[in-house]
Amino acid sequence: MNSTWSRFNITSIVLGFAFLYLPIVLLIVFSFNESKLVTVWGGFSTKWYVSLFHNQGLMDATWVTARVGVISATVATVLGTLAAITLTRYTRFRGRVLFSGMVFAPLVMPEVITGLSLLLLFVAVGLDRGFFTVTLAHITFTMCFVAVVVQSRLVSFDRSLEEAAMDLGAPPVKTFFQITLPVILPAIISGWMLAFTLSLDDLVIASFSSGPGATTLPMKIYSQVRLGVTPEINAACTILIAVVAIGVIIASIANKRREIQRQLDEQAAQRG
Amino acid sequence: MTDIAATASPSTQTTTLPARLAKGFVDRLVIIIPYLWLLFFFLVPFIIVFKISLSQTAISMPPYTPVLDFSDGISGFFAGFRELNFDNYTWLTQDALYFNAYVTSLVIAGISTILTLIVGYPIAYGMARAPATIRPTLLMLVILPFWTSFLIRVYAWIGILKPEGLLNQLLMSLHIISQPLVILNTYTAIFIGIVYSYLPFMVLPLYSSLEKMDYSLVEAAEDLGCPPIGAFWKITFPLSLPGVVAGCLLVFIPAVGEFVIPDLLGGSQTLMIGKTLWNEFFSNRDWPVSSAVAVILLLVLIIPIMFFQQAQAKAQEQGR
Repeated sequence: MNSTWSRFNITSIVLGFAFLYLPIVLLIVFSFNESKLVTVWGGFSTKWYVSLFHNQGLMDATWVTARVGVISATVATVLGTLAAITLTRYTRFRGRVLFSGMVFAPLVMPEVITGLSLLLLFVAVGLDRGFFTVTLAHITFTMCFVAVVVQSRLVSFDRSLEEAAMDLGAPPVKTFFQITLPVILPAIISGWMLAFTLSLDDLVIASFSSGPGATTLPMKIYSQVRLGVTPEINAACTILIAVVAIGVIIASIANKRREIQRQLDEQAAQRG
Repeated sequence: MTDIAATASPSTQTTTLPARLAKGFVDRLVIIIPYLWLLFFFLVPFIIVFKISLSQTAISMPPYTPVLDFSDGISGFFAGFRELNFDNYTWLTQDALYFNAYVTSLVIAGISTILTLIVGYPIAYGMARAPATIRPTLLMLVILPFWTSFLIRVYAWIGILKPEGLLNQLLMSLHIISQPLVILNTYTAIFIGIVYSYLPFMVLPLYSSLEKMDYSLVEAAEDLGCPPIGAFWKITFPLSLPGVVAGCLLVFIPAVGEFVIPDLLGGSQTLMIGKTLWNEFFSNRDWPVSSAVAVILLLVLIIPIMFFQQAQAKAQEQGR
């Protein structure tokens, strides 16, 4: 490889990452702006964060969002993992094509369609719109993302481990919990986190499926953004970014540690 | 003992009848639970959307109360099912607004997809050629913005693009322009928003196909006198085609029905179908018409979606 290509590569990576990160950095910087104008720097201040915590509507919305996120991500992880197992392990059953279609289609389905169709379902079965319906809607669209994440791990999974366990007499369910689950656990955890952040993020599906008393944070932010850009929203966004960033960093460190531990174990096993 | 274990295949291990029944039951449960969930919450809703799109606007409307309480509107709602008609569809075809919205959405999504590919390809290529030690870090850096809220990332661009925003301030202070550029509330802003928001969806599949590529092929071509650009078009690009297809579909399909980006960055002058559907539903409270809009949008997208599913299934087969 000659040097002009690698210089080109470095430039494109730097420019690409600048494009990806600059807007977020600017948003964070201007959340500490003294001035009420979002785009004119008026000195450092944390007053918007203080006023944020006195904004009861925003705090309520945050609480709703957190609860919806935790519940829907947890249920979606269970369902998504089952769907992933179905997709990788059961290659022949009636309706498999329909099933894989229903798992993959929501990944690209425009949110307005998913939102509208779920709302009409809730109305048809007579469910009152609110916390419960938002949670159901979020389980449905996030479980497919979990399924894809877990499935990619299951595909590369060495099945001889399971076979060995079953040869030694372990029943299938026990084999799953003692062999399969620990191996695919990192994928399940990242699936949960993905489901949680997707739920945390979602504006469109929540707007359709939510009702009075269940305003989520994105809905609140959206309604305020429509009235104008304020540093207070920047502050709210910054906190949200910080929460997600800390979560992702902790998860990746934990992952790295586990990886190192695994390598050490393998080396020890080979020596022993 | 070892002989038995070696000769017996795992499927014949669970020989006792109760054990086999138990396994069959568990297998069935594993399939049935997610299957029923998706049937009920994904497929059935589409059927309902289709039915409502065929019902008459006046009959099936819920009460026009601000809280949208349906408890007393259900019977009227179901009465609408009995009188199916295609009025909503004829109405959609007669009103040029809808047709324009569909066409504009497809064109905007198409152009944005190509722009995203042009921006994303060099990034993915640079990542794939980076030293193996820093690749995981680069990969995480591409994924990280995806974890931060979509709404927030779109919102961040308002402050940058508006007439007195940061981009105009920068360009004017550098004396590149004397008048602020009008970018916010135009189609340009929508393009920027889509490229920015969907860039990770393009970069990740591109990266995974570029990373697997055997670069000795490119080196061989260059050794034989092929110029780097020729080698790129003859070898690298064709080999990355699965990634290109997957990335383009992942950007194009959701972009057609995008709501947040045209709403926040496009202003009232721009027209996209996701926004039309939203307004039809939330502002006009016309559920049958918005259902009809959704059905047609789904029909428009059904071919790319099936294409996407096939690509996914193929990738899954190869990974096995």
